[in-house]
Amino acid sequence: MTDSSDRRAPSPRDYWRANLKYVGALLTIWFVISYGAGILFVEPLNRFYLPGTGFPLGFWFAQQGSIYVFVALIFVYVFLMNRLDREFGVDEDGE
Amino acid sequence: MSVQAWTFLLVGLSFTLYIGIAVWSRAHSTSEFYVAGTGVSPLANGMATAADWMSAASFISMAGIISFAGYDGSVYLMGWTGGYVLLALLLAPYLRKFGAYTVPDFVGDRYYSQTARIVAVVCAIFVSFTYVAGQMRGVGIVFSRFLEVPIGLGVLIGMGIVFFYAVLGGMKGITYTQVAQYCVLIFAYLVPAIFLSLLITGNVIPQIGFGGVDQTSGTVLLDQLNGLHRDLGFAAYTSGEKSTIDVFFITAALMAGTAGLPHVIIRFYTVPRVRDARLSVGFALVFIALLYTAAPAVAVFARTNLLTTVSEQPYAEMPEWFSTWEATGLISFDDRNGDGVIQYVGPEARDVSGAPIENELTIDRDIIVLANPEISGLPNWVIGLVAAGGLAAALSTAAGLLLVVSAAVSHDLLKRSFMPDITERGELIAARVSAGLAVGVAGYLGINPPGFVAEVVAFAFGLAAASFFPAIIMGIFSKRMNREGAVLGMIAGITFTAAYIVYFKFINPSANIADNWWFGISPEGIGALGMLVNFAVAITVSRFTPAPPPQIADLVERIRVPKGAGEAHEISA
Repeated sequence: MTDSSDRRAPSPRDYWRANLKYVGALLTIWFVISYGAGILFVEPLNRFYLPGTGFPLGFWFAQQGSIYVFVALIFVYVFLMNRLDREFGVDEDGE
Repeated sequence: MSVQAWTFLLVGLSFTLYIGIAVWSRAHSTSEFYVAGTGVSPLANGMATAADWMSAASFISMAGIISFAGYDGSVYLMGWTGGYVLLALLLAPYLRKFGAYTVPDFVGDRYYSQTARIVAVVCAIFVSFTYVAGQMRGVGIVFSRFLEVPIGLGVLIGMGIVFFYAVLGGMKGITYTQVAQYCVLIFAYLVPAIFLSLLITGNVIPQIGFGGVDQTSGTVLLDQLNGLHRDLGFAAYTSGEKSTIDVFFITAALMAGTAGLPHVIIRFYTVPRVRDARLSVGFALVFIALLYTAAPAVAVFARTNLLTTVSEQPYAEMPEWFSTWEATGLISFDDRNGDGVIQYVGPEARDVSGAPIENELTIDRDIIVLANPEISGLPNWVIGLVAAGGLAAALSTAAGLLLVVSAAVSHDLLKRSFMPDITERGELIAARVSAGLAVGVAGYLGINPPGFVAEVVAFAFGLAAASFFPAIIMGIFSKRMNREGAVLGMIAGITFTAAYIVYFKFINPSANIADNWWFGISPEGIGALGMLVNFAVAITVSRFTPAPPPQIADLVERIRVPKGAGEAHEISA
C-alpha cells in the first residue's frame, strides 16, 4: 500500500481491487433503482408519470424499469471485466 | 379443432421433442452427467437457466398474484430478477473458476470441513425436494384441467418423461431439453399476452401497451383500473397495501435466495470458461425478463377484463368460460343478497347509504393465466399452447432440481464422503439410480402433497438466503473466513429463519399479523434478516477462532482470477 513504485507489473491484488470497484459501483446502481426508486421512494415518484406513457413512475420502476436496469448492469459488468481480464493478462484466450 | 384436440396435439408434439433430445444427448461420463462436460455455449446455457428457473409458479401463478396484489406483486418481479445481478457480480464467475460439480463441493472444500459439506448437502436436498413436489403438483393440475386426466395419472406421465431424460442424459440431456422447453414456454406465454395487448390497447408490445390507453373507453388503462378499484373498495392497483419495510425485506430475501438456490448455481458450472459464466447470466436474465416484464402487463389486462366482465353483471348472463371454471372450483359465486347480480368488491366497499357491501365472488389467482385466452375469446390453439407451456415450465424446473438431489447423493455423500474409492463407472450408476429414486419420491409427493408443501416452497428462498448465500459470498470475498465461522453462521441463519417461519405459520398461525412481527417483517421476508444473522455470527466467530490454513488462502487467490479455468475437476484444498 505504502509502496510508491506504482509502475510495477500489474498484480493480482490490483486486478481484484479494480474488480471490487466495478462491483461496488454497479451494486450501488442496482440498489438505488430497485430498493430506492421501486420501494423506498415509490410513493413520491408515483406523483409523476413516465414521460409519454400512463405509467406512474415509481410503479413503472418496480414492475418494469428495475428489470431492464438489471439486464443492462450484467452486460456492463461483462464488458468491463473482459477488458480488465485482457489488461491484466488473466483472460482465457488460447485455453 | 376442439380445445382438447389442440391440447393433446401440442402437448404430444412437445413431449416427443423432449424424448428425442434425451436419446440424442445421452451422458457417457460423470462430468457429462453432472455438468454436461462443461461444453454448453453461454447462449444455450442462458436459455436452459431461464427454463430451469421459471417454474410452474412463474408461468401459472405469478401474473395472477400480481393481478390481485397490484403494486405489492412487485416483490416477485424485482426479487426474482435482481438476484441474477448478484449471481453475475458475486457468485457465478468464481464458482465456475473453482470448477466443482455441486454447491456442497464448494462449501466443503473452501471450509476444509466434512461437517460443512454435510450441512450443505442436507440444505440442498431439503430445499430441492420441497420445490420439486410443487412442480409435480403443477404438472398434475395442468393435465387434469386441460385434458381431463386424473391428477395422479398426470403426475405419473410427467414423472415418466422426466425420468427418461434426467436419468439417461443427466445434465447434458437436461440442458438441451431445457433449451427446447424455454422456447415452448416463452412462445406460449407471449402469444396470449400480445393478443390481449392488441385487443385492449392496440399496441403489439404488451410491456408498453399496459401503460397506454384503453381503446374502448379512451382513458389511460392504469388510471381506469385504479378508478375501478376505488369504486369497488379495493386498494389502489399501483400503490398496494404492504408496509414499505416488509416489501423491502421480502424483495431482499427473494433476491439473495435466487442467488443461493443450488439448481440455479450449478447451471453456471456447465459453460467452458469464466467469462462465459458471466455472459450466460446476462443471457439468462434477458430470457427471463421477456416473461417477467410481460407478466405485469398480463396482470393489468386480465384484471381490467375480469372487473368489467363480472362486476355488477347478472349471474345468468355470464359467458361460457365462467361456468367451465366454476365446475373446476376455481371460481365460486355465492349470491348472499339474492339479487342474482354478481357483487365482486373489496373490504372497503360501501353502498350509497354507507353500509358495507358483501363480496360474493371468490376467484383462484391461477385462473388469470389458465383462463385468460378463453376470457378474451382467443382461438382454441392458443389455449392448447398455454397447457404445453405450463408443462414445459414445470418439467424443466423439476429436472434441474432432481439433478441437484442426485448429485448430492452420488457425488457429495458417496464419492466425497463415504465411498471415496468408488469408480467413475460406479459413481455414474449411483447418480442414475439416485436420480431415478428422486423422481419416484417427487412423484409421490406430487400425488400426495403434504399440506405444507405450497407454504414451504415460498420459504425455500428465505432458507437459501439465510444459509448458502452468505457462506458462498464470504468464501470468495474473505480470506479470513474460516470453518468455525461459516458452519455456525449457516446453522444460526437457517435456524433463526426456520424458527420464525414455523412459529408464525404452523405453531401459532393466528398470531401471524403485522403487529406481532419483528420490525414489521413477515415470515416471507424474514430470510433477509436471517441472512444478516448469518453474516454477523460468522464474522464474529471467525475473529475468535484460528485463521484457515494457508492453502485455503491460495485457493481463494486462485478462484479470483479467471485464467486456467479449464474443465470442472476435483480440487483438493
